[in-house]
Amino acid sequence: MTVRLNAGEVKEKIARAVPGEIGTPAENTLVVAADKLHSTAEYLKNTKELQFDYLASLTAVDYMDYFELVYHLVSLELNHSLVLKTYLYDRQKPTIDSVYDLWRAADYQERELYDLMGIVFSGHPDLKRLFLWEGFPGHPLRRDYL
Amino acid sequence: MTLRTEPFILNMGPQHPSTHGVFRMRVTLDGEVIVDVEPVIGYLHRGIEKMAEGRTYTQNIPFTDRLDYLTSMTNNLAYVMSVEKLADIAVPERAEYIRIIMAELMRISSHLMGVGFFLNDMGAMMTPVLYMWREREKIMDMFEMVCGQRLTYNYMRIGGVSQDLPEDFLPALERFIDEMPVFIDEYEQLLSQNEILLVRSKGVGILSRELAINSGASGPVLRASGVKWDIRRADPYSIYDRFDFDIPTGEAGDCYDRFAVKMQEMRESVKILKQAVKDIPGGETCTKVPLLLRPPVGEVYGHIEAPKGELAFYLVSDNSIAPYRFHVRPCELLNLTALRDMVRGWKIADLIITFGSIDICLAEIDR
Repeated sequence: MTVRLNAGEVKEKIARAVPGEIGTPAENTLVVAADKLHSTAEYLKNTKELQFDYLASLTAVDYMDYFELVYHLVSLELNHSLVLKTYLYDRQKPTIDSVYDLWRAADYQERELYDLMGIVFSGHPDLKRLFLWEGFPGHPLRRDYL
Repeated sequence: MTLRTEPFILNMGPQHPSTHGVFRMRVTLDGEVIVDVEPVIGYLHRGIEKMAEGRTYTQNIPFTDRLDYLTSMTNNLAYVMSVEKLADIAVPERAEYIRIIMAELMRISSHLMGVGFFLNDMGAMMTPVLYMWREREKIMDMFEMVCGQRLTYNYMRIGGVSQDLPEDFLPALERFIDEMPVFIDEYEQLLSQNEILLVRSKGVGILSRELAINSGASGPVLRASGVKWDIRRADPYSIYDRFDFDIPTGEAGDCYDRFAVKMQEMRESVKILKQAVKDIPGGETCTKVPLLLRPPVGEVYGHIEAPKGELAFYLVSDNSIAPYRFHVRPCELLNLTALRDMVRGWKIADLIITFGSIDICLAEIDR
C-alpha cells in the first residue's frame, strides 16, 4: 500500500531547508508559495528519506479568484505519496517556474496547462500549445470560458 | 570537393497507417538517421474535460469509454472508483469480482491488440493481428453478453455494475480461461523466437530505467525498463490484494522487452481470472446511489493500473451535481514523453516499431 505521507511531518523537514510559509489544508497535502514551489519540489525530489522520483500527475483547477496547481508526487523507491499545491492569483498572465528540469514528466502536462488553462511555465524549453493551434482564442478549461 | 549536407524535416502522419490514429511526427533526419522527433497531437481533441464539467457524475461514465476506446472497461472502472472514493460509497462484493473479471479481460484484449499491431508495424502485415483477433473476438462476445456493446461498454456504475452476469457468461469465461494459455503458447511459438522479430526489436528503442521513471512512464513501458511497479500491487485497489499474481519485468527496456512483458502479463491476467471465477460470491451487483449524486466538497485522485499504464481521475467536487474539475491523467501521453530519447540515432523504420511498442491510442492522448 502506498503510504500517504503526513504533510505536517514533511512540513517540519522542509521548513528548515526552504524558509517560507507552508500550509497543510489536508493530511496529505502541502501548500507552498508560488515562488517557493521549485525549491520545495527540488528538496522533495533530492532528499534521501523522501525521494519523490515520480511526478504522477500535474494539473490545475480554476477557482476564479486564483488558480490552484496540483502536483501528485510518488516515490517508486519508497512507495509513498504526497500532494503539493500552490496558488496563482494573477489572472492575466499566471506564471510559475517549470519543474521540467526535475521531472521530464512535466513536459506535456505543462504544455497542456498552458494550452487549456493559460498558465505560463517559465523555464520550460518548448512551451507552446499542445492540443489547440497557435492563435486559438482563449483557454477553454478556464471556468469563465463559455 | 566536399559535399555540404544538412538535416531535413520529414512529416509523418496524421493519417500514416502505423500511427494508431491521428498522430503526427515532425522528424528531423540526417540521411535516414533520426536527429529529433517532435510529436504533434490534438487532431482528436474533443474537450472531454470541459464537457464533463457540465454533466452529472453518472452522465460522465460514457465519456470515459471514449478515452482509450480499446480499454473502455478499465476507463469506466477508474472513473467510478474515483467517484466512489469521493462520495464514500461502498460496492457489493459480487460487483467487485465482476469488475476485476472485466478489467483483466480488458487487459488481455488490449495486450492482444498491442502485440498484434506491434508486429503489424514491423511488417508482418495483418497475419499476427488476425491470430490475436481470434481470441479478442471471444472477449468481445463476452462483453456483449454482459452489456450489449462490443466497444464502448458503459457497464460500470457508481456503486457497482449496471446488471448482473447472464447465465451463459461464467461457462464461457471458464472455457476461455482453459483455452487461453494454449493460445498464448501458440503466440510464443510463432513470435517470441522469430528471427526477424528478434533482430528488429532487440536493443532497439531503449528506454533506460532512470528516464522511464523521470518521464512518468507507467504500465508495461515502465516495467519493461526494469521497474517493478504495478499499482495493483503497490497500492492495491478494489480487491486485488486477494489475488496471487506476478509482476513481469524486463531488463533492457527495448522494444522486445515491452513486447515480452505484455505477453507475460496476459498469462498473469488469466491467473487472476481463474481465482476470481472460483471465488465469485452471489448477491447484489449495485448499491443504491441517487441519480443526481452530490459528493461532499473535496477532491480525489483515484488511480488504477489500466492495461497501458497508470490511469487516474482527479475530481474536484463543490457539492453540486457536476464535477467542478474533471481531469484525466493520460498514461499514454506520458508514455510518449520519452519517445524522442528512445529513437534518436535510430533509423526511420525503427521509429515506427518503437512507436508501435509503446502501444498508444490517440483518443486518450487528445481527450
